[in-house]
Amino acid sequence: MRSVRRSVAEVAAFAVAFVVFVIPFLFIFLTAVKDRAAAAEFTFSIPDSWHGIDNIREVLATRNGMFMTAMQNSVILTVSSVALIVVLASMIGFTLDRRRDRVATVVSAFIMIGLMVPPAVVPTIYVLQELHLFKTLYGLILVEVAFNLSYATLLFRAFSATIPREVDEAAIIDGCNSWTLFWKVIFPLMRPVMISVILTMSVFIWSDFVNPLYFLPGSDNATVQLTLFNFQSQFSNSWNLLFMNVLLITIPPLALFLMFNKKIVAGMTSGALKG
Amino acid sequence: MSRTPRRGYSNLFYLPGGLVYFVIFVVPTALAFFYSFTRWTLFEWEWIGFDNYRQFFREPSLKGGLRNTFVYTFVTSGSKVVLGFALGLLVTSKLRIKGTLRSLIFFPVLVSAVAVGITFKVLMNPTTGPINQLIGFFGTSGPKWLTDPTIALLSVALVDVWKGVGIAMVIFIAGILSVPEDLLEAASIDGANAWHRIRHVIIPMSWPATSTVVILSFIGGLRSFDLIQTMTNGGPGFTTEVIASSIYKQYQAGFYGLATAGNVILFLMVLLLVVPLQWMLSRGDYNR
Repeated sequence: MRSVRRSVAEVAAFAVAFVVFVIPFLFIFLTAVKDRAAAAEFTFSIPDSWHGIDNIREVLATRNGMFMTAMQNSVILTVSSVALIVVLASMIGFTLDRRRDRVATVVSAFIMIGLMVPPAVVPTIYVLQELHLFKTLYGLILVEVAFNLSYATLLFRAFSATIPREVDEAAIIDGCNSWTLFWKVIFPLMRPVMISVILTMSVFIWSDFVNPLYFLPGSDNATVQLTLFNFQSQFSNSWNLLFMNVLLITIPPLALFLMFNKKIVAGMTSGALKG
Repeated sequence: MSRTPRRGYSNLFYLPGGLVYFVIFVVPTALAFFYSFTRWTLFEWEWIGFDNYRQFFREPSLKGGLRNTFVYTFVTSGSKVVLGFALGLLVTSKLRIKGTLRSLIFFPVLVSAVAVGITFKVLMNPTTGPINQLIGFFGTSGPKWLTDPTIALLSVALVDVWKGVGIAMVIFIAGILSVPEDLLEAASIDGANAWHRIRHVIIPMSWPATSTVVILSFIGGLRSFDLIQTMTNGGPGFTTEVIASSIYKQYQAGFYGLATAGNVILFLMVLLLVVPLQWMLSRGDYNR
């Protein structure tokens, strides 16, 4: 009797989760592979003919290949900012854990501020403009680094606490200074948390809409999210193309999730809980 | 411990990250307080005292934005806590498909807000949208999700919860799994039923998870912008305007001082709400 009830509960839970969480993605996929007329009906019917490849081609050709420019920008943005975040945040996180002095307290306070306080948009534009970085990819990279540094630092600090100090002491006796201790001994040991940080930050920055909107405006040289936002009006009666665009920019995070499910979840929970 | 030398660790390590953070985040935040009292073109400024703030609390569209931000934040955080906890319990139970469920519910977290917004805008279309077609199938007509001024904000909040409940769930999972097994067994032996175990063991023991979810969704809710921008652009009328979206509109219109005042109001709100909330929640923290 119990097992029957449990099976019923499982089927019910699965059915609800399927309708609520899978159907919307199914809709994206089905609409993306239909032709224009069929897509405009907004139904879940299996398409009579498959237009996936044609639609991809058409999305890529729109506005002189703006999609590929956006892809390239987003890849550069994501890779560079994540690399910088890993290097900078790991240095801060480790030092914070090891030196628990007054300076560390001040630095921690700034990290808490960074986690809570929403960035002031126009003054940031002003500062970027003074530095001649406004509307450049470099500027946007620095913005992503500055705004995400606090969270990544928390993860690195929490992980540093699990590396025994004996490791540092042994390295120092062997002649390491603070620079070589960190880069030759500690940094390689941080691999597990590094993977979490890389995955979590990649997903955040790839999906970011607000910062590119403010700091890299102009539709010719945008990131993928902004391009998608601008295509909304461009594709207002070609839903198949709009949803093909949605599908294409969702594939990278989807692929990461399928490969590194546990690491991503760890990156999003451990920092949050220990902070 | 105190013997441990600090010489292996240099304060210089704070410097590169600190520099970027200081120039791109701290300086603009400090400048915001000054420029919020000015009429500002980025090149010139004129001191106008509290005028920007007055305007923010007087003009109906901006005042409505303040109210909507509160409503949106309370609705989304409340739902994420309740649903996230319920789902956390469900997927830590003995269900065989819990792994699948967990992945399904978590996945929308990874999809960008723009993609989610566009998709639900189509799904929630009052006449052609699949959601109302489905409701129509049962013989009634569905609400005008995003075009009815009385429910548009709640519709966006609903999508926000759909997208974000996965984060809340995984944080609760971590909290629930940290409850020692023997404590639950001891409770069962003492005659506690499932409800009592949840109420008197799991909830108090996973309190840090609850406070994390509350704080995170509060901060996120107060700042929320991208879903609203994609789905309604503040409309119909100003019924889904929130502070972050008014900041964007004022910025676009070239009212830089006013936009900056909106930013200052936003971060004062975050501080005034989140700091006491964190203090209150950490008093209920049984682990500290």
